[in-house]
Amino acid sequence: MPPTTEKTGTRGAPLRLGDRVFAGASTGAGVLILVILAGVAAFLVSEAWPAVTAPSEEIPGEDNIVLYIWPLLFGTLLSAFLALVIATPLAVAIALFISHYAPRSVATILGYVIDLLAAVPSIIYGLWGAQVLAPQTVDPTQWLEDNLGFIPLFDGPASATGRTMLTVTLVLAVMILPICTAVVREAFLQTPRLHEEASLALGATRWEMIRMSVLPFGRSAIVGGAMLGLGRALGETMAVAMVLSVSGDVTFDLISQANPSTIAANVALSFPESSGTEINVLIASGLVLFIVTLLVNMAARAVINRRRDFSGAN
Amino acid sequence: MATGLSTHVTARRRPRRTRTLPDLAPVVFGLARLQVSYGRHRAVRDVTMTVHEREITALIGPSGCGKSTVLRSLNRMNDLVPGARVSGRVTYRGHDLYGPGVDPIEVRRRIGMVFQRPTPFAKSIYDNVAYGPRAAAGRRGRLRKAELDDRVEEALTGAALWDEVKDKLKSSGLALSGGQQQRLCIARAIAVRPDVMLMDEPCSALDPVATAKIEDLMLRLRHEMTIVIVTHHMHQAARVSDRTAFFTADTDSEGERHGRLVEYDATEKIFNRPADRRTEDYISGRFG
Ligand SMILES: Nc1ncnc2c1ncn2[C@@H]1O[C@H](COP(=O)(O)OP(=O)(O)O)[C@@H](O)[C@H]1O
Ligand SMILES: [Mg+2]
Repeated sequence: MPPTTEKTGTRGAPLRLGDRVFAGASTGAGVLILVILAGVAAFLVSEAWPAVTAPSEEIPGEDNIVLYIWPLLFGTLLSAFLALVIATPLAVAIALFISHYAPRSVATILGYVIDLLAAVPSIIYGLWGAQVLAPQTVDPTQWLEDNLGFIPLFDGPASATGRTMLTVTLVLAVMILPICTAVVREAFLQTPRLHEEASLALGATRWEMIRMSVLPFGRSAIVGGAMLGLGRALGETMAVAMVLSVSGDVTFDLISQANPSTIAANVALSFPESSGTEINVLIASGLVLFIVTLLVNMAARAVINRRRDFSGAN
Repeated sequence: MATGLSTHVTARRRPRRTRTLPDLAPVVFGLARLQVSYGRHRAVRDVTMTVHEREITALIGPSGCGKSTVLRSLNRMNDLVPGARVSGRVTYRGHDLYGPGVDPIEVRRRIGMVFQRPTPFAKSIYDNVAYGPRAAAGRRGRLRKAELDDRVEEALTGAALWDEVKDKLKSSGLALSGGQQQRLCIARAIAVRPDVMLMDEPCSALDPVATAKIEDLMLRLRHEMTIVIVTHHMHQAARVSDRTAFFTADTDSEGERHGRLVEYDATEKIFNRPADRRTEDYISGRFG
């Protein structure tokens, strides 16, 4: 501490010291995050490199690393994307119900229940998906194959165990629902009353008001919540590993026994029995997941920033 | 001070004295012993007055005396406040506004409202103005594009904004200046073709130039609709209104403040020869 501070050690000085400590600590924390991120990236790249240069016979089951990772990437993107497609509208609807339709007591309870869903460990979701949900889907998927089989998604043959991509996407959708809902609900609750009243004062019904005032205001939150959910779905490991029956096929057929695995689930399932180059291959797939997640986040930022004038969040 | 004020009154763009105020003008709103409570708090009570067609009626008084509350009871905006209760009688063109079978949405379509702060939607200028007509038409079959274009132009022209925005109808309403945003909100309300326009301190967030434009606009709109304006700005009431209602708030023995109507008369009379001492104190700046 400089001597001047000691001499003028009145009420102002400790504060200034506190400010400096805080500024230092927060800058340090910020830098630390970047360092950790860079460290993770460096580790992934250096450990993945041997897999890229490795001779084809060392890549498990495939001729080269691209052919190995591609089905996994496909499975990851397909399951996460479909989970998002299911969860986002549901999250928006639940958030709207909580923020604008439900009586206060119901809204509070529902809010707690949703938050509770977020606290359930993913292993429980995995058990639930494999033991409860999967058998339940057998009859409906058979129906889908019989009646909507012309749609490639329901091409079949329907799985007899229900351990399908469809079940996985449903489990993932439930898992990402709380985070999406929480983000969207917060934004909806913060819609300025003035804007809501402005709609209603024009003779709008409640739904028209929501479409005009609440949804545009919450748009960036909807995108943000969806992207957070997508991030979680992309990286989800246990639930997928426990539910999905895997063949490695690249297919849009959601109801059959033959499915691509996902990167995270594949790492979890294969890692214990891997050694040497096989580990480098798994790490290479992890690098791909890392990059995809990074891209998703950047895309989300771009969407949120685009046409800020229309976001209504100012 | 009284002379200073009367100078101001006579210096208006449109000398108010020349406009006669026939009490025969049709009554748009009739308020009889209106009382509004929020929960257990009686915000304003015992308001009895009539609002006449194609006049500008100003509600003035110190803040917290219930001006906004009275205004919002005229288009049932108070319905949206949990715990708000209206008693007494409010009629709109002879119908009980709070009677059974009255649809508040229909009420608000006929009785438009402009708020203290500009509240453009996060949409284009065009979509902002087209909102009301679209919503109304949506329930009754679609509006043709050309028809909607006409309505938008008509409303923006009516709000003296058309020339400034006609080349950028597709850009965001939020990109306009504060004064333009407020005129956009007025245009949006006009587009519904309301019978009455309620304005709650529409100029309080605006600079003097923007304020003057809105005041001119009100004087023009008066030929087509009835206007009720809340203002904390006495000179504004004096400049634009035909009648003025002065409210104040009494503190009761339990320390609660209840708004009440003190005096309601022709603006010229309120500002030059008020009947009540409290009105005189307020307009001469000795109070509030
Ligand atoms: N939404 C509300 N909930 C509870 N009390 C309110 C609400 N709006 C206004 N009030 C109360 O009613 C009284 C009158 O308020 P208001 O009509 O806004 O006065 P003014 O517009 O004259 O300033 C005040 O005491 C205020 O606290
Ligand atoms: Mg007010």
